[in-house]
Amino acid sequence: MKILVSVKRVIDYNVKVRVKSDQTAVDLTNVKMSMNPFCEIAVEEAIRLKEKGVASEVVVVSVGSKSCQETLRTAMALGADRAIQVETEDGLDSLSVAKLIAKVAQDEAADLVIMGKQAIDSDNNQTGQMVAALLDYPQATFASEVVVENGEAQTSQEIKVTREIDGGLQTLAITLPAVVTTDLRLNEPRFASLPNIMKAKRKPLDVKAPADLGVEVGSNVSIVSVTPPPQRAGGIKVGSVAELVDKLKNEAKVVS
Amino acid sequence: MSILIIAEHDNKSLKSATLNTVTAATQIGADVHVLVAGFECQTVVEQASQVAGVTKVLVADNAVYEHQLAENVSKLIVEIASSYEHILAPATTTGKNTLPRVAALLNVAQLSDVIKVESADTFVRPIYAGNAIATVKTTDAVKVLTVRATGFDAAASTGGSAERQVLSQVIASDRSRFVKEQLAESDRPELTAANVIISGGRGMGNGDNFKLLEGVADKLGAAIGASRAAVDAGYVPNDLQVGQTGKTVAPDLYIAVGISGAIQHLAGMKDSKVIVAINKDEDAPIFQVADYGLVADLFDAVPELEKSL
Repeated sequence: MKILVSVKRVIDYNVKVRVKSDQTAVDLTNVKMSMNPFCEIAVEEAIRLKEKGVASEVVVVSVGSKSCQETLRTAMALGADRAIQVETEDGLDSLSVAKLIAKVAQDEAADLVIMGKQAIDSDNNQTGQMVAALLDYPQATFASEVVVENGEAQTSQEIKVTREIDGGLQTLAITLPAVVTTDLRLNEPRFASLPNIMKAKRKPLDVKAPADLGVEVGSNVSIVSVTPPPQRAGGIKVGSVAELVDKLKNEAKVVS
Repeated sequence: MSILIIAEHDNKSLKSATLNTVTAATQIGADVHVLVAGFECQTVVEQASQVAGVTKVLVADNAVYEHQLAENVSKLIVEIASSYEHILAPATTTGKNTLPRVAALLNVAQLSDVIKVESADTFVRPIYAGNAIATVKTTDAVKVLTVRATGFDAAASTGGSAERQVLSQVIASDRSRFVKEQLAESDRPELTAANVIISGGRGMGNGDNFKLLEGVADKLGAAIGASRAAVDAGYVPNDLQVGQTGKTVAPDLYIAVGISGAIQHLAGMKDSKVIVAINKDEDAPIFQVADYGLVADLFDAVPELEKSL
């Protein structure tokens, strides 16, 4: 089985987000960037499937400017075999990204596409579902467990995926080729070792343009403004449980 | 042009997030239709047709829609999409699973987690875990939106009398098969629908100590929640998690117990009307958003709170 994993370069999750003063976007100048945490989980899952002998090859793809090659190298340091960068401007809309990834998945004849459930910048939670729809593949989103029985899986074989849904868990059986999107508890990603980081520099990285893939990118959605969220005014400290209950009953009137 | 809403339900009852979505729809325009796709879901259809503001309920009642799999439900929606300028679903795991497929098949964008309607083509949504708020405008012919329930009041569940239309399309899902579901059983209100929530964090120390919160929850009719730290530590199951990567809630009263107040947790609860924090660390960031903060050992304060309610 061949696995395609998509990775996105985003603002590091520990960085405090600041909105630009002209309210057009979030300020990304001189900000630490990293691999989207959900994508890290996707890479980890693919590598584990390869280590178990279930997958034969793990290919990573990223859509964006040259700087996302750094993220692809990280994925290869973690264990991916080779990488494809689709060179575009950064911040392309989800549907365009989905069309590009779908085309790469087709060209690569990937049996399984693993993607993060959402990127922590745009928080859309939609690209994986869109890739699946464009290819008419089944999907298992928000995965917390992926089970492949009987060794190496191939096209037309079923895999079982447990999903985190509101109120609990759901298990689906989906037939390959398929798309899986990762939730937080699927696995704990490893760290790249120094020798592997060095080795990753020599792994193949192809660069393609949207035109090479025959995909036209663009969106009808425009940003009107990006503003900081309304600040919540801090409240008061109470000295005792009795005072707290009194305030809740008589001041906030949320407890009767 | 009409607006289509995909109903959130479990074949037995209409879920409240649908009502918030109806309110969002009525802010866009009139003539709101609701699609109920399920199996033996007649009660849901009854409930949906009584919701104030809904003019028509479309019913696709067939075994193939029992588990509302994204693969076939999205195709069903696309088949009826040409009558609509807007297609909305609550931003639940079901809505988030299905609606992007609809958008992709229609070759349009999806606007996720809308919290405010500015006009029929301009919407407000949080990005960067709620640390920035984006206003976006779309010129797509069909506007596909998921709606965050906490951004809108619930429409009245009675007072409407929508007409019904049966959809005869039966679309099978050949390559995706439901295996099983494990849902948490609870007599308490659902987190996203509760008026009062009491949540525990890493400060609870272990899973058994969450029983302390139950006493208070019983007295207030509250749902019980947790921070990601408590979930990751294995104290409670993940469906209790409130936060950016869990559930977004906005109850009248939110009581945070032993929760430090990481950004990721705040993103999930900061729209609550009144926030109470109980924490022994007086420098915990949760106190910066709490209306009422109590610096105390939770193991003393919570039992005392239960007694005084």
